[in-house]
Amino acid sequence: MKADARTLISVRNLAIRRIADGHGVLNGIDLRIRPGEVVGLVGESGSGKTTLGLAFLGRIRPGLELVHGHVRLDGEDLFSMPAAELAALRTARLGYVAQNALEAFDPAWRLIRQTTEAARLHGLQDGQMAESAALSLYGELGLPDPLLLGRRFPHQVSGGQLQRVMLAMATLNTPDLIIFDEPTTALDTSTQATVLEAIRKLLRESGAAALYITHDLALVTRIAHRICVLHRGRIVEDAPAEEVVRRPRHPYTRALWGVAAGVRRSRPATERAVLELRGIRAGYGRGPDILHEVSLKLARGRTLAVVGESGSGKTTLGRIIAGLLPPRAGEMLLEGASLPPRLKERSQEMRRRIQFLHQSADGALNPSHDVFTILSRPLALFHDLSGNALRRRVDELLEMVGLSPDITHGRAARLSGGQKQRLALARALAAEPDVLICDEVTSALDAVLRNGILKLLSSIQERTGVAILFITHDLSAVRAIADEVIVMHEGRAVETGSCIDVLKAPQSEHTRRLLAAAPVPLGAGPSRSMPSGQ
Amino acid sequence: MGKETGGTERCDNVHPLVRIIAGRLILGLFSLLAVSVIIFAALEMLPGDFARSILGQSATPEAVAAIRHDLGLDRPAVIRYVEWLSGVLQGDFGTSLSGRGVEGGRSVAGLVLPRLGNTFLLALLAVAIAFPIAFLLGLTAAMNRGRRIDRLINSVALAFVAMPEFLIGYLLIYWLAVRAGLLPPLASVGPDTPPGERLMRMILPAVTLSLTVAAHILRMTRASLSELFERPWMEALQLKGIPMAIAVRRHALPNAAGTIANIFAFNIAWLITGVVVTERVFVYPGIGQLMVDAVASRDVPVVQACALIFATVYIGLNLLADIIAVASNPRLLHPR
Amino acid sequence: MTERTHIRPAGAGRASPVQVAAATVMWLYVLAALLAPLIAPYGEAEIVGEAFAPWSAQHWLGTDQLGRDFLSRLLYGLRNSLMLAVTTTLLSFLVGGLAGLLAATGGRVTDTVLSRLVDVVMALPALIFALMLLTVFGTGGVQLVLVIGLLDATRVFRIARALAMREAAMDYVEAARLRGESLVRIMIVEILPNVKAPLLAEMGMRFSFVFLTVATLSFLGLGLQPPAADLGSMVRENATLITYGDFTPLIPAALIALLAMAVNFLIDGWLEEEVAPHEG
Repeated sequence: MKADARTLISVRNLAIRRIADGHGVLNGIDLRIRPGEVVGLVGESGSGKTTLGLAFLGRIRPGLELVHGHVRLDGEDLFSMPAAELAALRTARLGYVAQNALEAFDPAWRLIRQTTEAARLHGLQDGQMAESAALSLYGELGLPDPLLLGRRFPHQVSGGQLQRVMLAMATLNTPDLIIFDEPTTALDTSTQATVLEAIRKLLRESGAAALYITHDLALVTRIAHRICVLHRGRIVEDAPAEEVVRRPRHPYTRALWGVAAGVRRSRPATERAVLELRGIRAGYGRGPDILHEVSLKLARGRTLAVVGESGSGKTTLGRIIAGLLPPRAGEMLLEGASLPPRLKERSQEMRRRIQFLHQSADGALNPSHDVFTILSRPLALFHDLSGNALRRRVDELLEMVGLSPDITHGRAARLSGGQKQRLALARALAAEPDVLICDEVTSALDAVLRNGILKLLSSIQERTGVAILFITHDLSAVRAIADEVIVMHEGRAVETGSCIDVLKAPQSEHTRRLLAAAPVPLGAGPSRSMPSGQ
Repeated sequence: MGKETGGTERCDNVHPLVRIIAGRLILGLFSLLAVSVIIFAALEMLPGDFARSILGQSATPEAVAAIRHDLGLDRPAVIRYVEWLSGVLQGDFGTSLSGRGVEGGRSVAGLVLPRLGNTFLLALLAVAIAFPIAFLLGLTAAMNRGRRIDRLINSVALAFVAMPEFLIGYLLIYWLAVRAGLLPPLASVGPDTPPGERLMRMILPAVTLSLTVAAHILRMTRASLSELFERPWMEALQLKGIPMAIAVRRHALPNAAGTIANIFAFNIAWLITGVVVTERVFVYPGIGQLMVDAVASRDVPVVQACALIFATVYIGLNLLADIIAVASNPRLLHPR
Repeated sequence: MTERTHIRPAGAGRASPVQVAAATVMWLYVLAALLAPLIAPYGEAEIVGEAFAPWSAQHWLGTDQLGRDFLSRLLYGLRNSLMLAVTTTLLSFLVGGLAGLLAATGGRVTDTVLSRLVDVVMALPALIFALMLLTVFGTGGVQLVLVIGLLDATRVFRIARALAMREAAMDYVEAARLRGESLVRIMIVEILPNVKAPLLAEMGMRFSFVFLTVATLSFLGLGLQPPAADLGSMVRENATLITYGDFTPLIPAALIALLAMAVNFLIDGWLEEEVAPHEG
């Protein structure tokens, strides 16, 4: 397919900011999409990608305002169009597929009626035609029993099916441009593949242009002609997909590939297990077992990564060790001595020796407290420090995590996301623990911050010899920090071993699947299936 | 024994909605029962002695004991409660303590029933005026959230909510009745008042009542509908190309049935409060005025009766709203 | 019904002119109430002339139905009404707030017991319950404060409990538990600082409601007993003047409304989120 030089839709110098505090969500975006071109927009949470996606439809959410810029479809600015014209345009030429299908449907209307509603309203097709077109679309997208499905209500249908109904709804009127906003993120891995395939087929056969928004760089290479990387409201990379994969230019793009942190050098294994779990079985309340017969050993000065998808039980494992959830069977040993299952039953000393880092530092730090209060409490509580000795130690801790002592008397709430996570780490270190449980501590951070925290954890482990239990679903973090790995699936440990062994030569099917879904490391070739037309 | 299994099988085939509604009904009945206990118990706590206050000067110990026995006050509380309750269910609310000599007094039911009709009529008129206006204004404000019309409507509502009913009532009397002479200042109607005059006299109290209630309904409607309009599927509809006005009419409002019913039921409380004050201001013979007089003279049976009636109306309407909310939930109407 | 549990006082003060006016009105009321004994020309219950005398130089607002100076009664009435309302609000907040905090942090049994109790009390409209209790305990200032204070405490309970429960679910509370902190310390050090602001805003709203309720019950004759002056009862006592075309009794009524409005507008300004105009 020859590259089409015309422009279908263009965004010029677009700047949108939050009304409440003037924070810039988009800071001068220039982006063009040609007819039939699939552009991948990659960005992490907070990058402004949804705002940009909505801007392509001429929509600015309440609470945001346009500072300057235009979005022109065939020369006409969407932001200055009268409402009725914009509505007609949206039905006839644009389409939007959201992340969470359940949120996109009126819970009280049947699916077929909702699918055909816009077409009927703007007179593009009459009722009969619209319905039969919709039903055949359902069929093409692989939905079973289209007639019956159409009569259903949104809550009566599974997530993957509903997502495909949303696809049908967005493409019923053969739009020229479809905006996909993370359409597969909320689905489980197997359904993701099905829906992604449905999208690719749809784009291929209709020749529509698309903006595919995602945070997953690996995923978008399978579908896009061109990739744009969005970071903090600016486009830092805009190039053909193959180039972005082989020769990413911007440091942020490279960080996204997760390479910067490097592969961990393995240290000689020591025999001493500071933490040991034997045959742990657990569940919540009167519910079913979430963990079945899980055992692990964590050695002093080493990092054990607990990996798995959401629902695999890895977070539960962390909470059990912390004492927040008593197991139903099995035992826990802290340096050979029995560790009581409940927090209440543990001595202060035991509580000191096991520290827990939450995923979101935002929630883990009391917004009303200042930095000094947050750090001095564990110091006073666990080590009986006060006065000058206390103040000196607070400064030491801040220095250890790379924070300036200037922030000591400010509120924790004013710190940035990365700073908060470091502060939370400092608080945990104040206790001088033997075991540090990190519960998805990098999941809420963007690539650059993530690498920073991983490096910090490594250096602290080297300095203090603390053992780290690193719970995550992100394999690139595992690669960067772990000595040993446990792979969890549905509450069972399906694979254990050293990091290198497990990642290079996985034994278990589940591990292989996790690896397949992870971003491709730099230097590897482009993935097999590039979009047609390249 | 085979019949029992047949029975349980049938139970499982019952639509979950029916089960939920039945559950709510039973809960409602229990609430009413609990409230009746509270009403009875609270008023039995009266310190001092009824008998003494009735007899006044001539309160010799024998006379007091005689009155107490006569009133049945010397029997255990539980028995008196059961008697009272069974009486109520048959329409007998006991006898009023006011004007009660040794010869016996007026039946409470006889006092309450005609006034109940008056109050009901007044409330109905007020609601008929208040509800549509408040709802439409609330809808307008919600659809134009943040714009001038919304701020105006909100300010007006905020102002009216701050005004006690007697202020509104006397203001209306002052302007429309005394100064302008358009309407009669008082609403003292009787059983023989011709319907035309009755209506004329009821206009001012009805407007007074409706203004306060409307302000509360408006604020709640505005808040609830705003929240509804911010639901993600409302945005999805607009992105699909459905204009806002149509989205509101076809999608938002049908989904709001439960919320609106709840708003209505919740505001019955304000209606009840308003009725009591409005009847006093306009001297309208309703049970609001009856209750206040009874409180002042500590006429316990009358207070009990009025409280029970108000409570039944309140709980009943809330129950109805609850059932509507449940019945309009598509997840329950069409289970998986 | 939707409780306002998501109260979020807006950030640093960009007070609108309305809010400034409202705050000024409030301060004027407080001043008048505090200085009443000093600035009132006559005594609270002093009979100084004939009944219902018209406005004059000696009696700026004339006299009431017993020949007492209306203006003086108004000032004293304002003072009494305000004091009653403030005391009641404080009582309801103390009881309701503590109970709510307790219910949120004290375990499921405590929570269930308290919540059910409150549900039962709230099954009746507040005024009806108040009327019942006043029948039992008689009418007067103390009874009024106690009855309304305790009834209103149930509403405060719900809000305090919701706020505290949301806080209790926060990770920093969990972090405190992991440190082995005691329940009391968690409540005071971790939770309270974060619920202070929304609770204070709610206190303002409750005050408005309490003030109106006190005035209404006084109007019905169930509040402060004569000869004490009170805004609500002053309206009742002088109502006949209206039928003679004299609007003086509307003044205490208007004063009630004015204060309630000032509080409403002040708090509502805080609570409203700033929303941008919709796109076309």
